[in-house]
Amino acid sequence: MSASESIFPPNPQWTEAGTSQVPFWAYTRDDLHQRELERLFYSKHWCYIGLEAEIPNPGDFRRSVVGERSVIMVRDMDGNINVVENVCAHRGLRFCRERQGNQKDFFCPYHQWNYSLKGDLQGVPFRRGVKQEGKINGGMPKDFKLEEHGLTKLKVATRGGVVFASFDHGIESFEDFLGSTILHYFDRVFNGRQLKVLGYRRQRIPGNWKLMQENIKDPYHPGLLHTWFSTFGLWRADNKSELKMDEQFRHAAMISTRGKGGKNEEVVSGVDSFKETMQLNDARLLDIVPEPWWEGPTAVMTTIFPSVIIQQQVNSVSTRHIQPNGHGSFDFVWTHFGFADDTPEMHQRRLIQANLFGPAGFVSADDGEVIEWSQEGFEQSPTKHTVLEMGGHEIGNTEHMVTETLIRGMYAYWRKVMEV
Amino acid sequence: MVDFQTYYAVLNLYSDYARVCDSADWDKWPEFFVEEGIYRLQPRENFEQNLPLCLLALESKAMIRDRVYGVKETLYYDPYYQRHIVGIPSILSIEPHEQGERIRAEANYVVVRTKLDAESTVFNAGYYRDEIIRTAAGLKFLSRLCIYDSEMIPNSIIYPI
Repeated sequence: MSASESIFPPNPQWTEAGTSQVPFWAYTRDDLHQRELERLFYSKHWCYIGLEAEIPNPGDFRRSVVGERSVIMVRDMDGNINVVENVCAHRGLRFCRERQGNQKDFFCPYHQWNYSLKGDLQGVPFRRGVKQEGKINGGMPKDFKLEEHGLTKLKVATRGGVVFASFDHGIESFEDFLGSTILHYFDRVFNGRQLKVLGYRRQRIPGNWKLMQENIKDPYHPGLLHTWFSTFGLWRADNKSELKMDEQFRHAAMISTRGKGGKNEEVVSGVDSFKETMQLNDARLLDIVPEPWWEGPTAVMTTIFPSVIIQQQVNSVSTRHIQPNGHGSFDFVWTHFGFADDTPEMHQRRLIQANLFGPAGFVSADDGEVIEWSQEGFEQSPTKHTVLEMGGHEIGNTEHMVTETLIRGMYAYWRKVMEV
Repeated sequence: MVDFQTYYAVLNLYSDYARVCDSADWDKWPEFFVEEGIYRLQPRENFEQNLPLCLLALESKAMIRDRVYGVKETLYYDPYYQRHIVGIPSILSIEPHEQGERIRAEANYVVVRTKLDAESTVFNAGYYRDEIIRTAAGLKFLSRLCIYDSEMIPNSIIYPI
């Protein structure tokens, strides 16, 4: 770049064909961020809401988020799951402030408007006015209809105990949205067993939300950034692995089987993170016991675009919910779970292996860190671009992980939908 | 009523622990625990809903040593200073224990984080819920549970709280 070119051009264009170079401004522009919310989070995409196991009883509710819109997941008195927007139809309050609880109905404290658990407006105070000295004062106009002032209702899909929703009532089915390839890996985890929620972890990562999707579509980094993965062979370039996408390249599964680790010069030579002599003081941190439902692979990381990642890394299982707040930050909410039929030993094993993951995890803490540093670089030089050429320029499924094909695929889809 | 000598010993334990956490002398951190000692860092929402997941659940002194190795050798992170401000401890009970006495105590804490090119911010606020025993080498933690209010972690937590 010559010194005369602008660092902040007013209307930058993606001139390259293909997606093996992503301009930094794709992560820094508020106008693109709003377009992403509208086209990716608020229409045509099923977004993750939560787990049915979080609201087992009628009246149970839990707040969640679609994009940047607060919503409430609630089980009504008929046992059905509804998702409604957490915005009062009267004065727009985000009225639900508790994170979870049990209620017979919703109400907004400001003027006490009252909604059913399906989101229907049930009543407003002084609707017919207030009688004073024989005269009726005020009240709503005669043509005021309760049914026109309910909460915004989302379309809901549940599968295997997981709840997704969309503001777009014309959306395709959840199964069509995932496509058969990714649906297979979804069903592998959520095969109808009763889930048992183990707890939550939350972190605010100062980076663009797409970077987290990319992090889990990037099998090139784990055996390099993460000592535990390279040293113990949990995830590295010499593992037997496959990368698979849906037909539109928006979702992906990274499927890997643990190798024996150790010193294979091909993959660890010169790698700073590899620690040849490292041994655990307490072997319980990696007390891995294969489970029948794995069907072989020791790890499958599934990205469901745009809102969630499903983690199975050995015995640790979680959903990771992406909740943007502006172009340069997102909240990342981890829900770790097990299964109701876990033995006490497996329950404990999942809790101990959870030390590898989350905002302090042995292999996850640094993912948030590097995303923050990427965003800092993007902000300072938005006309530069990333280089995503590992494995060539093509987009397609592979039987190895030495490639950035999944990120190229995601941006092919992104460019199409975003018209960038 | 706890005698002053015991209370003074607990005060010393708390201030020594904070000093080690703030001094980056990580190898000394496991030494505050007995061999079967437990360190857990848990968001308050999980604790209050009886959900067992922690941010870190280090179930032995050996596992705490593994964390030290992670902090020193395996994690890549933005370096920072941290500063613990620990409140006056409350002694909840002193009960007989197979190794002498077990002291149950609690204290509030605030940890301030300062990144190299940034202002100092409140990083993690919560309270310690401790079980302490007397050993030949002084008071040690049977367990230290850090329950934090700051459920939204500002990206990551690397160093011990």
